[in-house]
Amino acid sequence: MNAPLRAAATKTDPALAGSVLSVSQLAKSFDGRIVLNGLDFTVKAGVATALIGANGSGKSTLMKCLIRLIEPSTGRIEMLGQDVLSLSPRGLRAFRAQVGVVWQKHNLVPRLSALSNVVHGVQARMSGPRAWFQSLAPDAVRAEALDCLDRVGLADRALQRVDSLSGGQQQRVAIARMLMQRPRIILADEPDASLDPQSGEEVMRLLSGLARQDGLTLIIISHRMEHTLEFSDHILGLQQGKIVMDRPTPGTDAALLRRFFEHQE
Amino acid sequence: MANGTVTIPRFEHRSIGEYIGIVVVLALVVSSIASTAPQLDALGRGIERLFAPSGLLAQMFPPDISRIDRISLKLLETLQMAVAGAALGLIFAVPFAILATDRLSPHPLVRAAARGVIALFRTIPDLVWAIFFIIMVGLGPAAGVLAIMVDKIGFAGRFFAEAMEEADTGPQDALRAIGASRMGIIFSAVFPACLPSFTATSLFALEKAVRGSAALGLVGAGGIGVDLKVAFDLFNYDEALTIILMLFALVMIVEQGSSWIRSKLI
Repeated sequence: MNAPLRAAATKTDPALAGSVLSVSQLAKSFDGRIVLNGLDFTVKAGVATALIGANGSGKSTLMKCLIRLIEPSTGRIEMLGQDVLSLSPRGLRAFRAQVGVVWQKHNLVPRLSALSNVVHGVQARMSGPRAWFQSLAPDAVRAEALDCLDRVGLADRALQRVDSLSGGQQQRVAIARMLMQRPRIILADEPDASLDPQSGEEVMRLLSGLARQDGLTLIIISHRMEHTLEFSDHILGLQQGKIVMDRPTPGTDAALLRRFFEHQE
Repeated sequence: MANGTVTIPRFEHRSIGEYIGIVVVLALVVSSIASTAPQLDALGRGIERLFAPSGLLAQMFPPDISRIDRISLKLLETLQMAVAGAALGLIFAVPFAILATDRLSPHPLVRAAARGVIALFRTIPDLVWAIFFIIMVGLGPAAGVLAIMVDKIGFAGRFFAEAMEEADTGPQDALRAIGASRMGIIFSAVFPACLPSFTATSLFALEKAVRGSAALGLVGAGGIGVDLKVAFDLFNYDEALTIILMLFALVMIVEQGSSWIRSKLI
């Protein structure tokens, strides 16, 4: 039962052109406890990849390791043509600016307006007070932020305080902030986890649609099997810190995925 | 379990060390009161003198308002000292607080140094700072402003740092993840989250500064305290009462005003 389900025919060669992420022998331990155990996988440009696994399988740790919010113990990560683990602090900041992250929790500043929070996304490519406060931001930045809010359907709530919005709306503002960043790749860590099923579905549909529209690579941790099947092109299954499934979503049967969601549903 | 089969002790069992600790604390309290608190008979005689026909209270009433114009000007100077000292103290407290915060300080040594400065400024009383600054810049309100400023750096620096430590780290991590600078994270995520706490601390600092600025005059650091001391020294108790009442009114106005601002902003 525990044998890897990796489909040999679909395994991607890291050397293949068009891959935006290549991970090899990635490992992470916390106080001797192995969380990631020598991962190898690649992600192709423009593909929506679902990262699935039971609680504690290492999904969130992997996601954080990819942008070095957690430092991996060993291994190699090549993303967007850069050797992530050898980046200097300045280089890491420039690299992170190209990676949009949507978190389980929206992580917005509750006391500020939706527009202010979205303007903060411009800090990926701009610094100084004009990137910190929407009232000081250049017209072009404010217009772009408003456009991002419009894309998530919240332009009419631009000046509303974020803590007065619903959970689903807050997550949409977080997505707008991520778009403001103009990312080349999106990492989404269970963006629907704290939402009711309907709002969760809307957020997943929105995120997936925006990534497709802009031709962006999407790596998404999903804790709902139906979302995995509906919104991803490719599936990476994690079990006890190892990749045990690496296959395209089309043709994947729900029965094959069930064990990855056993502790979550 | 049937009632009566289990005996629940009325008092919690304590170790010998805890009993010794309780005895030491009680001994400290009793010995301190015995050696420093006024004797009851002396206190009784003092109260008697206070209410005597020619006692302090009788000499205080009615309050003398003949010099109310000068007292008003000195009261204004007191308020200005408090506002200037508190404002400068709050402004300088912010960078010290940032450097003293675990997540925002650039280096543990810088953090330790900032915490040390804040602790030093906080633990030395403002009257001592006032004497220090009188020696440095001479008698007058400038010494008072500097004393209040240093005291407020210590007071607000600690509370600002605590507020920033307790701020939700999610928005900060989200901005860090997109490559925002340290200053960007501070201004975009930390300060907005801490604004209610900063406002409350700032208003308390102002109230404390207004109350404290009157006392600073007693050592010559400007403000109404100088006049209060002179009034007592020259036995002009009726004028002293006028000063005390006007000071009370000023403190009440500032406290009411700051309560109103707090209710509007927080």
